[in-house]
Amino acid sequence: MNNDWPLWEVFIRSRGGLSHRHVGSVHAPDGELAVRHARDVYTRRLEGVSLWVVKSSDIVASDPAAAGPLFEPAETKVYRHPTFYDIPDVVTHI
Amino acid sequence: MASAPTLARDEAALIDYLQRLGDDSLILGQRLTEWCGHAPALEIDLSLANIGLDLIGQATLFLNLAGEIEGKGRDGDKLAFHRDVLAFRNCLLVEQPNGDFAQTIARQFLFSTWQLALFEGLTRSADPRIAEIAAKAVKEVRYHAELSADWVIRLGDGTEESRERMIEGLDWFWRFVDELFDADPLEAPLVEAGIAVDRAALRQGFDATVNTVLHEATLPLPEYPRGVKGGRIGHHSEHLGHLLATMQFLPRTYPDAVW
Repeated sequence: MNNDWPLWEVFIRSRGGLSHRHVGSVHAPDGELAVRHARDVYTRRLEGVSLWVVKSSDIVASDPAAAGPLFEPAETKVYRHPTFYDIPDVVTHI
Repeated sequence: MASAPTLARDEAALIDYLQRLGDDSLILGQRLTEWCGHAPALEIDLSLANIGLDLIGQATLFLNLAGEIEGKGRDGDKLAFHRDVLAFRNCLLVEQPNGDFAQTIARQFLFSTWQLALFEGLTRSADPRIAEIAAKAVKEVRYHAELSADWVIRLGDGTEESRERMIEGLDWFWRFVDELFDADPLEAPLVEAGIAVDRAALRQGFDATVNTVLHEATLPLPEYPRGVKGGRIGHHSEHLGHLLATMQFLPRTYPDAVW
């Protein structure tokens, strides 16, 4: 596997799902083939799904070493979460 | 379920027709299984296996129906594993060896392009059982046709070597193209009754698609040589017997086994 076949990250919206979820990766020479192969590898023909592929090198990730300053301040701020409301049963997906 | 033609002669023709459809898919499905674990990339390995599985699924449906109409207690398994080479009705194209990846892609492209046109027609078959199978299969075949056309373009418009191999792969198969469109007296009454598709009528669309894809692949347009035929009446190339020996070994050795 040389540079002709870069890595692509695959995101799938399952039927009835709300958002695309990262499911894994494939190697492919370009986006179009990445979609085809991702379809064979990850969807097994389940119709009505949506696929996103993005070149892994295009993804900018947060630095694990900076996890403290990035995420920990939120831990003590429970008032930022809407947990003090009663959610009616009919409202789903929250 | 509406009944198929009741005349015995037409029924025999229908059974033969279903075996042609089923055997095409079965034999190409078997060929594709030979790639398992040997493809150029993991992703292609899975795609080829996927196509093979689709084809074997189609074969199961067509051959089961053929056995059911025949009414002699033969099902798809019996027809797949307990017929000899002369009783197979597949076209010569599908039984050809895999060769290299380009050759396999060439075979798949020609076959799937043809099969797509055929199955699109069969979704409107007057026999609802055939129409139903075709409706299910046509979605699969559309994908096979797209994927293989895609690879023809990539290899044709790729490196010098991939281009050369793509040309050689296609060269090998041109002689088997005529048979796909060879209208046969056996199918005539079925075409007349709206059950079968007039295959000769599919040629123009096929040629147009091939020309478009080859143009995009920057490959020269082929000159079709005089075609070889015979698969539909059981006159096969030397390759099918070997394929069947592998495919049928276990059920032939243990004919009463259940699995």
